[in-house]
Amino acid sequence: MLSAMLGEAWHAMGANRMRTALTMLGMVIGVGSVVLMMAIGQGAQYAVAQTISTMGSNLYIVISGSTSTGGVRSGGGGGPTLTVADAEAIATLDGVLNVAPVHQGTQQIVHGPNNWSSTVVGTTPPYLEARAWTITDGYPFGESDVRSATRVALIGQTAATNLFGAEDPLGQTIRIRQSPFLVIGVLGKKGQNLDGRDQDDTVIIPLTTAQRKVFGNPFPGAVRLIMVQANSPESMPAVETSVTALLRQRHRLRDGQDNDFFLRNLAAAADSAAETTRVMSVLLGAIASVSLLVGGIGIMNIMLVSVTERTREIGIRLAIGARRKDILSQFLLEALMISVAGCLIGLVLGLGGALLVNSLTNMAIVVSGAAVLVAFGVAAGIGIFFGYYPAHRAAALDPIEALRHQ
Amino acid sequence: MTEPAIRVVGLGKSYATAAGDFPALKGVDLAIAAGEFVAIMGPSGSGKSTFMNLLGCLDTASCGDYFLTGRNVARLTGDELAAVRNQTIGFVFQGFNLLPRMSLEDNVALPLVYAGAERAARRAAARQQLARVGLADYAASLPSRISGGQQQRVAIARALVNSPRLLLADEPTGNLDSHTSEEIMRIFCDLNREGITVVLVTHENDIAAFAQRQVRFRDGLIVSDAPTPRTADAAC
Ligand SMILES: Nc1ncnc2c1ncn2[C@@H]1O[C@H](COP(=O)(O)OP(=O)(O)OP(=O)(O)O)[C@@H](O)[C@H]1O
Ligand SMILES: [Mg+2]
Repeated sequence: MLSAMLGEAWHAMGANRMRTALTMLGMVIGVGSVVLMMAIGQGAQYAVAQTISTMGSNLYIVISGSTSTGGVRSGGGGGPTLTVADAEAIATLDGVLNVAPVHQGTQQIVHGPNNWSSTVVGTTPPYLEARAWTITDGYPFGESDVRSATRVALIGQTAATNLFGAEDPLGQTIRIRQSPFLVIGVLGKKGQNLDGRDQDDTVIIPLTTAQRKVFGNPFPGAVRLIMVQANSPESMPAVETSVTALLRQRHRLRDGQDNDFFLRNLAAAADSAAETTRVMSVLLGAIASVSLLVGGIGIMNIMLVSVTERTREIGIRLAIGARRKDILSQFLLEALMISVAGCLIGLVLGLGGALLVNSLTNMAIVVSGAAVLVAFGVAAGIGIFFGYYPAHRAAALDPIEALRHQ
Repeated sequence: MTEPAIRVVGLGKSYATAAGDFPALKGVDLAIAAGEFVAIMGPSGSGKSTFMNLLGCLDTASCGDYFLTGRNVARLTGDELAAVRNQTIGFVFQGFNLLPRMSLEDNVALPLVYAGAERAARRAAARQQLARVGLADYAASLPSRISGGQQQRVAIARALVNSPRLLLADEPTGNLDSHTSEEIMRIFCDLNREGITVVLVTHENDIAAFAQRQVRFRDGLIVSDAPTPRTADAAC
């Protein structure tokens, strides 16, 4: 019985190929765009999650502002308000895992005939821990290097490639602002940060060396930012409060006076970036779903036309013994076949499109089995939902009325 | 006395029209015994088709009772009616009513699909019926490829494929020339000789002459009911 009905549905679809193909096209476009959009959306989510995982967890950065009183800037030209001593004080607070004062800027770096502009980060050893940054080759510098301002450098992958090519940078000398630095370690790859900047285009040196030899700090002991890592996500609010209180006290800020620093929660920034991509992904899926809906309506439309056209056929079938449920399943099966076939083609095209986008734009693409299953289920559901009404109309026909048709 | 194949009592049918209810059948009493060959005659508009559609369970009566081999058809559910149309009755139309996109074999086998028969059984039965009406060689052809007389023979094969006890035909030769009509009537005669009850509507006396009994309708009522005079040598 089922095989006979499948054969008939196949026949009916073949009887009007152009129309079947066009109806199917609606489903093809619908499913194809859902699959493609979900692949792009989930790809974006994946990319952001990847980036966030390279950032380091539970991080705050404290950025120095300029001292100001009632809107009037004070203190020689608005120098940095944070100091290395502030960083040391923060390190003693409860819930704080790592603290690293940072002085960074873009510098031209020279090795032999090559030169390259990189971000030079002057900091202390806890920086690497806070950022969960590994050394793939060589070793990191220690506290003693910071104390004695040695000229050693850790080099990021991008900077290394541009300065050394295929050469091994370890043990070589690079020049920053005329000063020679010994490359003692190569940093692990991190990729882009949330702002899209290449994190591997970096050279990390001891803070003291940076201040004395590279940036020529006019405010000894002062830093532009301090990186603070809490020991857990739960302790972050407490750390935020205690760091703020500590710095206000150390900077002798009276009640009502604005902070002379900014505390930026990187985890929150990461969350909002993740949320943004999640919303984008849902939105893309929703827009694509509309085309799936339109495809479903197309099926309903064509099935209604088909039922009207085939009224006489339905009458004949009823006259020779078809039950109402036979007629119902016949038309339902036809709708289902169109939608499922359209879905399969759409799936293939959607996946092909995703691969194409991936190869053309380097955009991350994630195709989950769940997304494919959902698209398939939805298509089958649409076939049944939009096929049911026409099929029901067909099954409800009166035999003699149907036979008199035309 | 055994229960007749068909017994109708006060059977009536009104059509709802713009000008109000139109009574096409005004209370008909008739009994047809199993194995009979009955011709229904009468002028156009006298209610013959209306009556046949009721007999074929294609339409429902407005009043009166219809007993099909003793069963009151009005009491049957939709699925039971479908089963009656499928198993008990074979219906042959004036306009053949074959499905145009299906091969002759598939057309003939279609009632078996609804009877739930297996593919191999359907094929065998359809071929056997096609052979019986002399069209075994055309099994794979489409209806549009064969003549009207051949199409009617296919329609008869389809009506017979589930071995019904009752064959109803509404002007089966109405679209055919006299020679072809006679061929079709020969088939009906053969079937009747095999024991199938045949009821057919016709306008033509020489077609009606094949039947044993002639029932005349006029204005929705039976006006005469008599055996065919045994004179014509065209009869079975
Ligand atoms: N669906 C319908 N709606 C309204 N009136 C109808 C309908 N079908 C038939 N009639 C009317 O009922 C009457 C009987 O029709 P019926 O078709 O039974 O006649 P008939 O004897 O078969 O005629 P013919 O020899 O032309 O086929 C006619 O007057 C016809 O106009
Ligand atoms: Mg008629």
